[in-house]
Amino acid sequence: MRARRFLPGGWLSAYAFLYIVFLYLPVIFLPIFSINTAPTPKFPLAGYTLKWYEDLPNTPALLDAAWNSLVVGVSASVLATVLGILAARSITRYRYPGRRTINGLIMAPLVLPEVIVAISMLLVMLQLGLSLSLFTVVLGHVLVCIPYSMTVLTSGFEGFDRSLEEASADLGESAFGTFRRVTLPMVAPAIISSLLVCFTISLDEFIIAFFLTGTEATLPIYIWGQLRFASKLPGVLALGTLLLVASFLLMTIAEILRRRAARRTQNEGGLYA
Amino acid sequence: MPEQLQRSMIEIKNVTRSYGAFKALDDASLTIREGEFFSLLGPSGCGKTTLLRMIAGFDNPTSGSIAVGGQPMEGIPANRRPTNMVFQSYAIFPHLNVEQNVAYGLKRLKLQGGEEKRRVEEALAQVSLTGLGKRLATELSGGQRQRVALARALVMRPKVLLLDEPLSALDKKLREQMQVELRRLQQAVGITFVLVTHDQYEALAMSDRIAVMFGGRIAQVASPKEIYQRPVNRQVADFLGGMNFVKAEIVEENGATLVVDTLGFGRVKTDKPKAFVRNGGGATLGIRPERLRVLWDNATAKFEVAGKVVERHYFGEITHLIVEIPGLEKPLSVTETNDFGADDIPVGTSVRLAYDPEALVAMAD
Repeated sequence: MRARRFLPGGWLSAYAFLYIVFLYLPVIFLPIFSINTAPTPKFPLAGYTLKWYEDLPNTPALLDAAWNSLVVGVSASVLATVLGILAARSITRYRYPGRRTINGLIMAPLVLPEVIVAISMLLVMLQLGLSLSLFTVVLGHVLVCIPYSMTVLTSGFEGFDRSLEEASADLGESAFGTFRRVTLPMVAPAIISSLLVCFTISLDEFIIAFFLTGTEATLPIYIWGQLRFASKLPGVLALGTLLLVASFLLMTIAEILRRRAARRTQNEGGLYA
Repeated sequence: MPEQLQRSMIEIKNVTRSYGAFKALDDASLTIREGEFFSLLGPSGCGKTTLLRMIAGFDNPTSGSIAVGGQPMEGIPANRRPTNMVFQSYAIFPHLNVEQNVAYGLKRLKLQGGEEKRRVEEALAQVSLTGLGKRLATELSGGQRQRVALARALVMRPKVLLLDEPLSALDKKLREQMQVELRRLQQAVGITFVLVTHDQYEALAMSDRIAVMFGGRIAQVASPKEIYQRPVNRQVADFLGGMNFVKAEIVEENGATLVVDTLGFGRVKTDKPKAFVRNGGGATLGIRPERLRVLWDNATAKFEVAGKVVERHYFGEITHLIVEIPGLEKPLSVTETNDFGADDIPVGTSVRLAYDPEALVAMAD
């Protein structure tokens, strides 16, 4: 006999439905209004058009911003992932005093108010005599990306059967060869996943970029600037839709890879097979 | 037997491994011979795995020395030792298929002209995995993973193959089958095997010699038969299966023999064990349950004790009888095969038990 579990009552389902609607309805408006012929976001829709999308590549300022975002995103995600690998490896592999505290401190930027982090970073950068540029934005983004990178990488590294590395050494491989032939391929999905997550975070991040950039705008800053002009709104909606789709795709791929990495390392070993 | 003439393969001299105040291994000395199937047997925490890992190079002695093939191993890392290991978890590389797993260590040797492929196939054939080379580790059963781990180590043609509880994850039937296969394989390749196990039957069935370990110390090193029949102390006797212990008084002690008085078995003259060190006037006599035999009807034996059956336990092919003997503080446990009706002896029956004085082993208290 097996007890079946029904969703209790209709109320809970209704609540869950409303909850999802509340979360995603505003986001759905973005793509809907981005294909509206009328420049004002109002129902009923005037007609269907792709012209707002077609205009995007003809806006030099937008292309500059997109390029800046790409540069910042790639740099920040690579840096954050490299630092994340080192930290995650140390947290998952070794036991030492203060391990939990250090882990907590690395994860802290997740819950710190972003505007405070941004202001403090601005102060520090200026004190250090750094002039504001995309470089300072990269530094800021590395800080906010590391917690995400850590989360993804720890789940990939956790349960990594240490005997795999020992087996490699036992078969004659050097420490570096072992890292290259065993450790790296095993955690590669987690590393790629971390790169994608960090890139997405950096691509969408506004406040820190806003405080730390000089004259060069990233995409969110460009969008912020465009909002002042009502006539530019449809273009912003189109651009926003593209960013939304890109983020969604990147995060999905990242999650698939993260799970694959976790499966690889965790379900190994004859004892649990 | 030319055993004494065999060259030594592993020399372990006064090896101690301490973790702070705790000694995982305490002044262990041992010689393992070339071509021998050697087992390190003991309960968990006895230091057997620590010793194996030190031979492999994953751990280092706090003091003492280890030599393999006449070469001191101090300062030589695991990847440059002439040993290969089969891990308890098998440690099959999950991102590689069977063939790539087996070829892993060969890649560095850069073998010419298809030699690598040939050796991989030979190793797979040795462990009966021919044709499974393209399978992924995730598509293998526990027994097959075990064979891959074995092939991956054997293909390196090590001087010594180290096995860390390789059968503990398998079910009983497969385990027994692998015991026979491993033994056969060892005899075929002629490589020195060092097996770590906590399973006494496994050690008895597979080994040429066994070292029994307790609390970081080696208690006895001998052949399976000697370990089983002539354990040096109660701890070893107990670990290797059932044993009846009888209190004894030492009457006479000289070079090779020991004469003791017991309440149940009377005055007994036995061989004095090599490691026997007298501790006061007392000693313990041991006898295995299967060395006691129920005497039927009017049958007599030169040596017998009389008692009463107080418990009977049925195990299919055998029956355990618990027999109370007047004068003995603990009843004797007797194992009888169920071919003469031992499984039908009612509790409360008076029985006489025959024994061979040769089966009595003296142990220091």
